[in-house]
Amino acid sequence: MSGPARAPSGDETIPFTFDGTAYRARPGDTLAAALLANGVGLVARSFKYHRPRGIMSAGIEEPNALVTVGTGGRTEPNTRATDVFVYPGLVAKSQNRWPSLSFDVAAIFGLAAPALGAGFYYKTFFGPAKHWMRYEGFIRRAAGLGDAPTEADPDNFSQVAGFCDVLVVGSGPAGLKAALEAAEAGNRVFLVEQDAVPGGSLLRDPDSGLDPAAMIQRIEALGGKVLLRTTASGYWDHNFLTLTQRLVEPGAVPTNGFAQRLWHVRAGRVVLATGLIERPVPFAGNDLPGVMLSQAVRSYIRRWGVVPGQRVVIATNNDDAYLTAAAIIEAGAQVVALLDARASGPAAPAGVTVYHDARPAGATGRKHGLRKVTAVIGGSEQSFDADLLAMSGGFVPVSHLHMQAGGKLVWDEAAQAFIPGETPQVCETIGSAISPPPAPAVAPAGKAKKSFVDFQNDVSLADIDLAWQEGYRSVEHLKRYTTLGMATDQGKTSNMVALARLAEKQGVTVPQAGLTTFRPPFTPVTMGLLAGAGARNAGAHVRRIPLHALHEAHDPIWQPLGYWFRPRAYPVNGENLAQAALREAQTVRTVAGLSDVSTLGKFEVSGPDAAKLLELVCATTVGKLATGRGRYTFMLREDGFVFDDGTVWRLAEDRYLLTSSTGGADRMAGHLSYVRQVLRPDLKCSVVNVQEHYAGIALAGPRARSILAALTGAEPPRHMGYAPGTLAGTPVHVLAASYSGERAFEIHVEASHAEQVWQAIEDATRAEGGAPYGLEAMELLRIEKGHVVVGGEVDGRSTPHDLGLGGMLGKAGGFVGAAGLTRPALSAAGRNNFVGLVSLDGPIPEGGMLITRAGTSPQGHVTAAARRILEGGAIALALLQDGHKRHGEELTVSSPTRGEKARVRVTSPHFYDPAGERYRD
Amino acid sequence: MKTPYSAFSLLRGALNGQKHWQPAWRDPEPRSSYDVIIIGGGGHGLATAYYLAKVHGITNVAVLEKSWIGGGNTGRNTTLVRSNYRLPQLHNLFEFGLKLWHGMSDELNYNVMFSPRGAMFLGHNDGDMIKLAERGDAMRCDGIDAELLSPKQIAKLEPLLDLSRGARFPIDGALIQWRAGTARHDAVAWGYARAADALGVDIIQKCEVTGFVRDGNRITGVETTRGRILGGRTGICVAGHSGQVAGLAGLKLPIESQTLQALVTEGVKPMVQSVVMSQSLHCYISQSDKGGIVMGGDPDNWPSYARRGQPTVVEGAIAQAVSIMPALSRLRMLRTWSGVTDMSFDGAPIIGPTPIDGLYLNGGWCYGGFKATPASGWTYAHTLATGKAHELNAPFSLERFMTGATIDETAVGPMPNHR
Amino acid sequence: MYEIACPHCGPRAQTEFTYERTVDAVVDPAADAHTAMQALFTRANPMGLDEEIWRHTYGCRAWMVLTRHRVTHVIEAVKAIGPEALA
Ligand SMILES: Cc1cc2nc3c(=O)[nH]c(=O)nc-3n(C[C@H](O)[C@H](O)[C@H](O)COP(=O)(O)OP(=O)(O)OC[C@H]3O[C@@H](n4cnc5c(N)ncnc54)[C@H](O)[C@@H]3O)c2cc1C
Ligand SMILES: [Zn+2]
Repeated sequence: MSGPARAPSGDETIPFTFDGTAYRARPGDTLAAALLANGVGLVARSFKYHRPRGIMSAGIEEPNALVTVGTGGRTEPNTRATDVFVYPGLVAKSQNRWPSLSFDVAAIFGLAAPALGAGFYYKTFFGPAKHWMRYEGFIRRAAGLGDAPTEADPDNFSQVAGFCDVLVVGSGPAGLKAALEAAEAGNRVFLVEQDAVPGGSLLRDPDSGLDPAAMIQRIEALGGKVLLRTTASGYWDHNFLTLTQRLVEPGAVPTNGFAQRLWHVRAGRVVLATGLIERPVPFAGNDLPGVMLSQAVRSYIRRWGVVPGQRVVIATNNDDAYLTAAAIIEAGAQVVALLDARASGPAAPAGVTVYHDARPAGATGRKHGLRKVTAVIGGSEQSFDADLLAMSGGFVPVSHLHMQAGGKLVWDEAAQAFIPGETPQVCETIGSAISPPPAPAVAPAGKAKKSFVDFQNDVSLADIDLAWQEGYRSVEHLKRYTTLGMATDQGKTSNMVALARLAEKQGVTVPQAGLTTFRPPFTPVTMGLLAGAGARNAGAHVRRIPLHALHEAHDPIWQPLGYWFRPRAYPVNGENLAQAALREAQTVRTVAGLSDVSTLGKFEVSGPDAAKLLELVCATTVGKLATGRGRYTFMLREDGFVFDDGTVWRLAEDRYLLTSSTGGADRMAGHLSYVRQVLRPDLKCSVVNVQEHYAGIALAGPRARSILAALTGAEPPRHMGYAPGTLAGTPVHVLAASYSGERAFEIHVEASHAEQVWQAIEDATRAEGGAPYGLEAMELLRIEKGHVVVGGEVDGRSTPHDLGLGGMLGKAGGFVGAAGLTRPALSAAGRNNFVGLVSLDGPIPEGGMLITRAGTSPQGHVTAAARRILEGGAIALALLQDGHKRHGEELTVSSPTRGEKARVRVTSPHFYDPAGERYRD
Repeated sequence: MKTPYSAFSLLRGALNGQKHWQPAWRDPEPRSSYDVIIIGGGGHGLATAYYLAKVHGITNVAVLEKSWIGGGNTGRNTTLVRSNYRLPQLHNLFEFGLKLWHGMSDELNYNVMFSPRGAMFLGHNDGDMIKLAERGDAMRCDGIDAELLSPKQIAKLEPLLDLSRGARFPIDGALIQWRAGTARHDAVAWGYARAADALGVDIIQKCEVTGFVRDGNRITGVETTRGRILGGRTGICVAGHSGQVAGLAGLKLPIESQTLQALVTEGVKPMVQSVVMSQSLHCYISQSDKGGIVMGGDPDNWPSYARRGQPTVVEGAIAQAVSIMPALSRLRMLRTWSGVTDMSFDGAPIIGPTPIDGLYLNGGWCYGGFKATPASGWTYAHTLATGKAHELNAPFSLERFMTGATIDETAVGPMPNHR
Repeated sequence: MYEIACPHCGPRAQTEFTYERTVDAVVDPAADAHTAMQALFTRANPMGLDEEIWRHTYGCRAWMVLTRHRVTHVIEAVKAIGPEALA
């Protein structure tokens, strides 16, 4: 008998499959343990050369045994077999092989290895970029690991916040003790452990004095929270950590719909008891199935009752592996040889032959285990028949979190390891992570070419040597040139081995050779978990206007506008959008229409200094506004460009209402607050954002005035006048503002009373032959009238003068943006000016470029296109270089991306009632 | 002479254990003076040195790098290369670069793996689609490729995108630039370094500039951790550290340094063919040749030099990405990292002289300068060689902020944190 | 993810706050054009401490000045500003 095995106990009750073959596991088995128990040693293929790979470790550091677990939308590729606990029905598949794991055609890359060393791809595949893409397509298909899922994820992921006094990471002996002590001292404690059971190294090396289960109970009884199957994956500024918790195993169906949970934790103090990772030993063939880390061998024997090999060679540079020898003998297997690189070591268990000054040089394998191990013993070679090699090249403290937190590392010469040093955060590392056992440096004995360092990415000692030879000598260059440490294990087992080689090459000590940094996450984190509920809506909530339900009853076409949704048109009788919008606009021009303008930015500014604040924010004069009157206004950024527009109304002696654009409302709220609180805290005024407080209803058209008069029982204010009123028994603000070019009103009403007001206006309007109109009709109306819109003509690059608003600028200056406006380029020739366009042929493509003739650079572009509402004929608004001076000129609008073109004449943008006669009663 | 790279030479190496390769660049001691000193051994600095030597015959050039070349933003970026900008100054500059990208591997005899696989911006509503058409039209009128895609065409290229109408951000179409794509960032730094070195440029690593040598209003050299080095003209090219290095000369810049994060997932077989960006959302997605999904989002929009990001920023970008491509959900984020970006106050770069004689600045690339590497190097070399702007970098002067001739693609004004 | 001690609300997560600009970039509305543009368009941008204006946007909405280190991210001081902070 040879290879991994486990004597059946009757507990093998959990069915699972691997590559379609059915097996059984015991409760508590990882997939790796269960596969080994079933005699399966070959589980994967490597990334580059498709070499056969087995199980090397018993933990999250596993570089080799990657499998795909789960099916459909729950498929999780690249799952470490050592980090998934078998559940009934688990489906696992090997990856990166074709047609099968044991016969993989791509293993042929292994033969070409001499030509495919580090960075080979930088030296070949020349020619035009398109040629490279052909090679690349092939490389892409050969690379990658597992297959990506193609379906949406059926499960949810939860995200929660947590707070604690002490967060302990790791439930080994040190972590358990620290957590218990902290809990006993009255702290709120979190103890997190990535394994499914607490204990850490105790699971491999039990200590009769420590009972993890009992300690956990005690911690919980004291109010502590113990999170198993939870990884502290990120350690960020100010003691903020992200914990990732598996609620079910990869690919399993969650009972309550949630597969994992993300914790955002702010901890008072962090204790890192994260332990050690064992270092592999470089020798030729050290990647074969049957080569395993020494502690992993012990874990399989003691924790899972699996004997990973029957005839075992142990290779070590430290005392710990002697414990493995003892475990192997306990399990009834044979230790063929214990190769200790040191000149002396501790006493070995009976029956174990120890060779000192002995290093492994090579191994050859069969499918599920080894065949032979060669060693260099004191200068001469010797071979052993063995099916397993347990290796220990020393230990690497798990300092990832410490380093993520900004901590420094210091070199421990005896252990040949970096250990956590100073940290800027409230954090300490305890246990073996800060005191790794001694393990001297050992020069590798085998052939460099097959001595793997980064197993997953197939980086060997020879690759490191080549990178060195070619001048890639800093650690980062080495890493990037060879791809070392860039695989899914992020170099957990490979970094130190590589660094040692680099130091040897440079003839310096390891700390002089340098160190790469660890970045979050500690182990890979499911994207869906990080997305959380945001995966369903891109993290963007929906903002509903107060009258949403009322509009919904009309089944409008909705238009997204930022996070808002507004009615775009209310089609009837099977109209399409354009037909509906045109009818609605015509109704406004001839009768009356009503529209929802609730999303407008609205700010109430009050107090004795209210006007002063507004004169600072608005670039137009405000101070002279009489009570009961309003004005169009616009605001500048500090650099002098227009950034929003709206209207300002004097509601009372020291009370104003400022409206601004929907899209800019949040920005305007911030700006007003900044100006008021930071620039002029001395002013006696208050600014209240009433955007969502009031619903707004626009009523526009030749009959608007009479409709409103009837509804309020009062003569509506004249154009740009304000009056409070009562409508449908509800107090309203009536602002006689017009966007459409018709006599019009904005009626603002408390959001909670908006429905009855809208209903009353709608009924009255319909009775006159009018109708509601949506954003699309509004757009037709404003284009024809020649009003600019924020996000259209007000594009963040235009000045008041560009937009034809220069005449309205406050003469006294002193407003925000006045200084910026004086910069020469803001009044230089060649600026884009706001103009109108009249088509000389067909429709004008919106967004199209204004050109004099084909082949010349554009001189402007169309910002909005429409048709004349009553007369027909295509018109547009545009920004055109020096446009103010070019009225009458003929140009072409060209849209190559849509294959559209139109001949146009430049005009004033005010197509409709330029004198404003329709505002008069 | 260095052994040229070729498939033949690689095969030869298979027989000799690849023993015939020399170091890609020398490791020279700094000389006491150079005609031109370039501060910063990122892609831009190295490209500048290469074009100085190649195009202008100026080979007495030193590139001073404080740590290892390519280790700044060049080695941290998500490698999107495109020229699909709306404003002509930008698309003309980037297009000049894009043309150079298409021949770069041959030019440098170093495979930079430029892969013109297409880069698209998705549109999620009519407004987006008009903006995309406008941008495409502006490009097309200037002779740059751009094409609108229908949802059907998108589905063919990227079947894993959620093209359902019920999506929170339904996909109405896209603007694609087929000649755009990705490249291997390290190779760009290394390729330029190797080629510049071959022309005689000294690439000096572990050499931090700590001060300037001044003669009145003229810079005549630099103080470094490896001693004083004099130079005829000195060019700053340090990306995120622009403000800090210019500060050594007493200059304050229209630049604020911010952290930009990116991430990569574990490798999987090909699932994303092109580069996917969005007009409304702030995430972008591509897949590396090793199979990892590379993505990023908005910067952490407050100043920092720490290269430590904020987790919720990345989580936000991932939420957006998973919502437009649900199949990403069960992939795993393998690694996040950050770079320090030089956010300029109109979002566009600065390439040109400074108010101090002999001192030039190339910076302010924000989160988008990798794609410009060849164009940046070419135009900066022109300016350093002639003392004058090339027509392509003339608009990108430092004075433009005071004159108002800013080049504001996203039109949010002078606050980089609002960009 | 910083913890910012809002002078009005106490320690809160950074996600509740927004950064506005540095204190030296606050443009006095009464400043002459040149001074104003200099302030607006240049930053010291130090690799060290700077004074910054932040807002507790998703909390009490007040503004404050943080003295924050650009490399260590240590917040050395938080000071209330605005009308409430006027003596
Ligand atoms: C996460 C991220 C993603 C990005 N994604 C993209 C993208 O997809 N597409 C794109 O086009 N752009 C992208 N960018 C931006 C792009 O990376 C940069 O604009 C570009 O790489 C800048 O190149 P550079 O050579 O100027 O800078 P760097 O590569 O940063 O080089 C500057 C060098 O100067 C050195 N230096 C600094 N101070 C000194 C000193 N005092 N003395 C000597 N040397 C010094 C640094 O060590 C560094 O090596 C991204 C950036 C980041 C951070
Ligand atoms: Zn607060």
